[in-house]
Amino acid sequence: MEGIVHITVVDREGAEHHLEAPTDMNMNMMELCKSYELPVEGTCGGMALCASCHLYILSDHALGEKKEGEEAMLDEAFHVKPNSRLGCQIPITEDLEGLRVQLAPEM
Amino acid sequence: MKRLKRITFAPLFFQGMIETDILIIGAGPCGLFTVFEAGLLKLHCHLIDALPQAGGQLTEIYPKKPIYDIPGFPEVLAGDLIDHLMKQAAPFKPGFTLGERAEAFEQTEDGKFIVTTSRGTKHKAPVVAIAGGLGSFEPRKPPIEGIHAFEDKGIEYIVRDPNFYKGKKVVISGGGDSALDWSIFLANGVASEVTLIHRSKSFRAHPDSVQKVIDMSSSGKIQLLTDAEVVGVGGNGVLKELTVQTTPEEQKQLETDHWLPLFGLSPKLGPLSEWGLNIDKNSIEVNTFDYSTNVPGIYAIGDINTYPGKLKLILCGFHEATLMVQSAFKRIHPNKNVVLKYTTVNGVQGF
Repeated sequence: MEGIVHITVVDREGAEHHLEAPTDMNMNMMELCKSYELPVEGTCGGMALCASCHLYILSDHALGEKKEGEEAMLDEAFHVKPNSRLGCQIPITEDLEGLRVQLAPEM
Repeated sequence: MKRLKRITFAPLFFQGMIETDILIIGAGPCGLFTVFEAGLLKLHCHLIDALPQAGGQLTEIYPKKPIYDIPGFPEVLAGDLIDHLMKQAAPFKPGFTLGERAEAFEQTEDGKFIVTTSRGTKHKAPVVAIAGGLGSFEPRKPPIEGIHAFEDKGIEYIVRDPNFYKGKKVVISGGGDSALDWSIFLANGVASEVTLIHRSKSFRAHPDSVQKVIDMSSSGKIQLLTDAEVVGVGGNGVLKELTVQTTPEEQKQLETDHWLPLFGLSPKLGPLSEWGLNIDKNSIEVNTFDYSTNVPGIYAIGDINTYPGKLKLILCGFHEATLMVQSAFKRIHPNKNVVLKYTTVNGVQGF
């Protein structure tokens, strides 16, 4: 369907959620998870300042480079792995079709 | 209850009771605007905040970020908005208890509240307005098994008194300004040994501090471990050693007297969650008629409250504060009627 990509989110219990994400709503991965009521707090509102939307990228999609703010936050977060990203810094675009991510443990 | 200790002010030796009309918990934008609206109704306010300065998250985490949705300000920096709100509140001479977290409350027989802070300062008021935003900012604690047993027994999240580390072996974790600044300070003749552990090679601190740490590491004054992370703590009542992951496969033991994990601050609802207020998902439920909670006399405004249709926006918090003080006035002066006065007509008469 036009304007929709399919994204799989694995929650902290290992359950898979297959989400339909609109590409025309200026949304990011944190907001997408919240809109499906997945357990993502998004405390700071998307400013890369709390890491409550920390997730691991499981598929080999090429996402944009991390910006300074995201790098800095991941530096201070815990359970950080090489495939760690902040959901709030990943805009939903056509390139995300088939993306698979896992929510990182709560802090 | 675990109490948050902070380096902020010299201990207050004020033994009396601070009395006011509206006691505001949280000195963010919403709490500050409450002072203005309350002042128009001749009500005095006093604010408590765990942070050492007013402004809440606006000054603590994003003072230089622009905000675009404050009516009348096409663009305003968060820090500047707080400066303006402080100026707007100034005629009404608000009192501040900063660097102290509101911990407990009790109700007196005459229907007032006494709120005690982490440093024991007591405040008395007939109305309490919780404008606590995301909660109080507390140090981020590494998720390591058994870490709580060593808190204040060798593990400290905040440096209160550098002399405490005189002649001691100290390990510091983190890659930001506070980790680097304290490493430099303690390695200059305070601690007997300083090890700085950071999980990557790059530091996100002031370039001068980064250069200084690198220089001090080459001259042997600071032991620098990059791409490493503390993963275990051990000791016998007090901290004795840390387990450090140095490569994905290797760990090593590090003897130490103290460990300072300095990973920044994150907001927590904290003791407010034990005040008997109705809570839904870390937010306080309120009645949108006047933003009152289930405890008569306690109100909640701004990001900390929730109700059907709630939006966590500063501008909504301002509206909530304005309606709340009307209800607070009626509670404080049950026999008086409040008349809406326009500032354009009456000006602002301060205290």
